[in-house]
Amino acid sequence: MDANAKEKKKLISADSKQKLLAFSSLIMMIIVFSFASPHFATFSNFIGILISTAVTGLLAIGVTFIIITGGIDLSVGTVMTFGSVMTGVIITFMGLPLWMGVLGGLLAGTLAGTVNGALVAKLKIPPFIATLGMMMVAEGLNLVISGTKPIYFMQTPVFRKIAMGKFMNIPHAVFVFLGAAFIAGIILDKTVFGKYTYAIGSNEEAVRLSGVNVDKWKIAIYALGGFFNGLAGVIMASRLNSAQPALGAGYELEAIAAVVIGGTSLSGGKGTILGTIIGAFIMSVLTNGLRILSIPQEWQTVITGAIVIIAVYTDILRRKQSA
Amino acid sequence: MKKVSLLLVLLAVFMAFTGTAFAQDKPYVAIVSKGFQHQFWQAVRQGAEEAAQDYNVEITYEGPESESQVAVQIDMLQTAMDKDPDALVFAALDTQAALPLIEEAESKEIPIIAFDSGVDSDIPVTTAATDNYAASAYAADKMAELIGYQGKVAVIVHDQTSVTGVERRDGFLDRMKNRYPEIEVVDVQYGGGDHLKSTDLAKSIMEANPDLDGFFGANEGSAVGVVNGIMELGREDIATVGFDSGSILLNAIRNGIMDGAITQNPVGIGYRAVEAAVKAMNGEELPEMIDTGFYYYNARNMDSEILQPLLYE
Repeated sequence: MDANAKEKKKLISADSKQKLLAFSSLIMMIIVFSFASPHFATFSNFIGILISTAVTGLLAIGVTFIIITGGIDLSVGTVMTFGSVMTGVIITFMGLPLWMGVLGGLLAGTLAGTVNGALVAKLKIPPFIATLGMMMVAEGLNLVISGTKPIYFMQTPVFRKIAMGKFMNIPHAVFVFLGAAFIAGIILDKTVFGKYTYAIGSNEEAVRLSGVNVDKWKIAIYALGGFFNGLAGVIMASRLNSAQPALGAGYELEAIAAVVIGGTSLSGGKGTILGTIIGAFIMSVLTNGLRILSIPQEWQTVITGAIVIIAVYTDILRRKQSA
Repeated sequence: MKKVSLLLVLLAVFMAFTGTAFAQDKPYVAIVSKGFQHQFWQAVRQGAEEAAQDYNVEITYEGPESESQVAVQIDMLQTAMDKDPDALVFAALDTQAALPLIEEAESKEIPIIAFDSGVDSDIPVTTAATDNYAASAYAADKMAELIGYQGKVAVIVHDQTSVTGVERRDGFLDRMKNRYPEIEVVDVQYGGGDHLKSTDLAKSIMEANPDLDGFFGANEGSAVGVVNGIMELGREDIATVGFDSGSILLNAIRNGIMDGAITQNPVGIGYRAVEAAVKAMNGEELPEMIDTGFYYYNARNMDSEILQPLLYE
């Protein structure tokens, strides 16, 4: 018990060290970009960074829970689009009220997440394969349901306000994102749900032997991930004023990269929401800054890839030192 | 700290790399395209860079990796706007999604030049694009020449809903009707630009019209269908004209299965769009549409210096 507590303490301090490191890298990047271009540190550009972080950030929050359990979710991008498309179907095709569309989008995401969880927990399909299947199923369904065309929200101009309406000159999407991050942080840190998330990732067998219904919790964790994907889908649709059915593939990698840069281990058992948020900002500040500096697009991709590798490698180095 | 210093080194290297791009006195034109990797979009970029040289302006050229990435394009447009460009050159993936930013540019009096399929709004000053109607009419002229100004021809088009589909079909049909009364268009079918579907269509049209003299395919997929159908039925006697390029068409033309094809001028699209941006910045009047031109290519001229950069595999 004593040794366990010690180890936990060490883990926490290592965690906060990683966070500090990631956070200082983020600040350094912002400072460097600010000096490099007068167009970077402007209110309008910061808002642009915040909005573009909102969607990948929400996806990253959802997948953080899953990665902490030692799983993975490759379906986040296309499930997000599934949420957008269902919102579009309910509001534009069926002509139902706005709130029902939003609820429908959230439910669609949660449903897809629940199916992922059931495939992993009950049918014992490896998460990589189960969610790869879901990624393709959702991608296809999005095209089928929408008739392969974007669904527009022309008759409901207020829909756009969900993400792009402004409070104190800041778009709502930013508040939704930060609010969701706050709540997710509390769930992970302060609740039984969070405790079991870490425990399953550290030692699933031990948790099972101590009489906990691991399958039930796993399904719930994947469902929560799906909920955040649905939320991202609603925000995405509102921002684009349309549900774009072909969109989605590729977002999963950006989300996973943000999570890993934020110090969450792909082998499970450790990670934080704050780390993920910092990771998401590192990705989007980098993308934005390189664009602002007018660096040719092919080089932008090279640099972004290199930064991901460096970030994860320093994490490994640090862990070796503390081990 | 290791990470931070590595980051700084990387950034320093790439800022040095682009140091020349920061000559602030030149006017700056931001270009946001519909694609990036595909050779068509790289050819547009080449044209834009040539115009930037000729008119002494700074440009950036960006586009999403695929035409489904609407959100990525919006981010690119947003960042371009934050750089306070003197003009914006834009081809929208989805005009509705981009509308708030386009309106913002208008309110800031940044002139917008649309290119390729353009922007579905009256805000852009002008649109630099291929005149598909005229290009298809020229394909009809070439077809008439190939079959000796009389006989039967058929057409496969990608669809009857898109602007390019309608313009390319009508350009061909109207020219045939108005100028070549001895030529009869026996059938017009739509294959969705799908290689296989267009092949089946081409074959059934040839089966139904054993005395067919000519075949026109109005985009890459339709033309590939015509080529496949002719090879499968062994009807190399039929004269064929295609549209666009791609490795299958280029090979078919080299091997004499297809007689020739129309190509758009992506280099010209890029060049004329930047040129129009410069003129708009200087307050010059611009026409609503700028025709960026097209070429007819065949086995004889396809390797020429003018055509080589316009044809992609």
